[in-house]
Amino acid sequence: MNTKRMGSQTVRFSSPVPILASASIGGKKEGEGPLRDSFDILMPDAEWNEETWEKTESKMQKEALRLALQKADCKAEDIHYVLAGDLLNQCIGAGFGLRELGIPFYGVYGACSTMVESLSLASMLVDGGYADHAAAVTSSHFCTAERQYRTPLEYGGQRTPTAQWTVTGAGAVVLGGRSNVGVTHVTTGKIVDMGVKDPNNMGGAMAPSAINTIKTHFQDTGRGPADYDYIITGDLGTVGSEILIELLGEEGYDISKNHKDCGCMIFDGDTQDVHAGGSGCGCVGSVFCGHILKELSGGAYRRILLIGTGALLSPTTSLQGESVPGIAHAAVIERLS
Amino acid sequence: MEMNQQEYGDYLNQVSPNSKLFKDMLWAFVVGGIICTIGQLISNFYMDNLGLNENDAKGAVSITMIFLGALLTGLNLYHKIAKHAGAGTLVPITGFANAIVSPAMEFKREGLVLGLAAKMFVIAGPVLVYGITASVAVGMISLIIKAVM
Repeated sequence: MNTKRMGSQTVRFSSPVPILASASIGGKKEGEGPLRDSFDILMPDAEWNEETWEKTESKMQKEALRLALQKADCKAEDIHYVLAGDLLNQCIGAGFGLRELGIPFYGVYGACSTMVESLSLASMLVDGGYADHAAAVTSSHFCTAERQYRTPLEYGGQRTPTAQWTVTGAGAVVLGGRSNVGVTHVTTGKIVDMGVKDPNNMGGAMAPSAINTIKTHFQDTGRGPADYDYIITGDLGTVGSEILIELLGEEGYDISKNHKDCGCMIFDGDTQDVHAGGSGCGCVGSVFCGHILKELSGGAYRRILLIGTGALLSPTTSLQGESVPGIAHAAVIERLS
Repeated sequence: MEMNQQEYGDYLNQVSPNSKLFKDMLWAFVVGGIICTIGQLISNFYMDNLGLNENDAKGAVSITMIFLGALLTGLNLYHKIAKHAGAGTLVPITGFANAIVSPAMEFKREGLVLGLAAKMFVIAGPVLVYGITASVAVGMISLIIKAVM
């Protein structure tokens, strides 16, 4: 009899999985935003002393994990698994970034939901007794994402008002050991495709999957919006957030008072010219591993529902006229008494 | 969610902000106009001061404008103007230069042959293919008509 499953898609851990340490890296633009003080490392420029942006992104993953290990007072050999991913083809940010560390590695891909996906799986590995310590790492870089998904940086194009700005950032967490913050539940999302074909409206494409996962989480756990200080989505941006609040409200869940979105938190929408907000694996990655965990361990948050949101498209599928499938994974993280 | 894909698509269109069309068009008109005026001034200079005839001046102006577009792209300035100007910087020949130079700059890290040279035409390539095809087709039609008449 499996006692850890709740409802259709949620797992409740036998005891909260401790988040021992975390590290957050931000780029230059992120360092000019409202969360500038929450990053452990702010990169001086887009290159960070590397020849290519891809190398920079790998370095961001490596340095984020190294710093998290240092804060956790762990050596690489203490970590039984690292789960990591990014937006680049073949997940090269993770594969190249973590190759020197010698930690058993699972590469994961959930587009911008990868932080919560890897956190969920790493928590399961620790709770299942398969690992004393496990780590989760993700990153994104504006320049690597632009050249893969869109046009060269110097190309004179215009962005639509619904377009989002890929965050240059990375986040790493080390799970296991003892901590005053832990993961108590995870709800694994289903792929939801509402037929949105505009790759410049990711928030609109991902919102239905976030609605589906949050609603399922509430049904599975018997909880509601009031049980959380904040319900924080990854990168729905302004357009996706509006849809989420309105349509979840119609389902009977009013999250208008305690919803936040990392894509709206990381940049100042009035002055930083990011259109509908930030996006990318590194958006929720760096905000969760920096700002949110700081607030949870000693600040204003006691219990949050974190929802990583991803758009499972590729430039090929967009050119072939396919719609954008969305994915959203949720995790409950709380301060432990 | 009690919506099918069609209903959600309609709803999404309704909640998604649209581009500010009037502002965009005004910017495009003004910047596009400035670029063309600069072209005309250069053309006048070539004809009045360097003694070029009108046909030669046209070619020389195109070359100069392509150079300026490429230079501004290389100086990391063209896309900053284009962000506001939109079609105003896209349509003139300077936009074509930007479309070739920007991928060349971006992909030189993948090597001079398979990076720079191969990727140089990712944006401008279709314009060349269909532009040249169309001009050949129209030229043939024109020839046939002339032969028949």
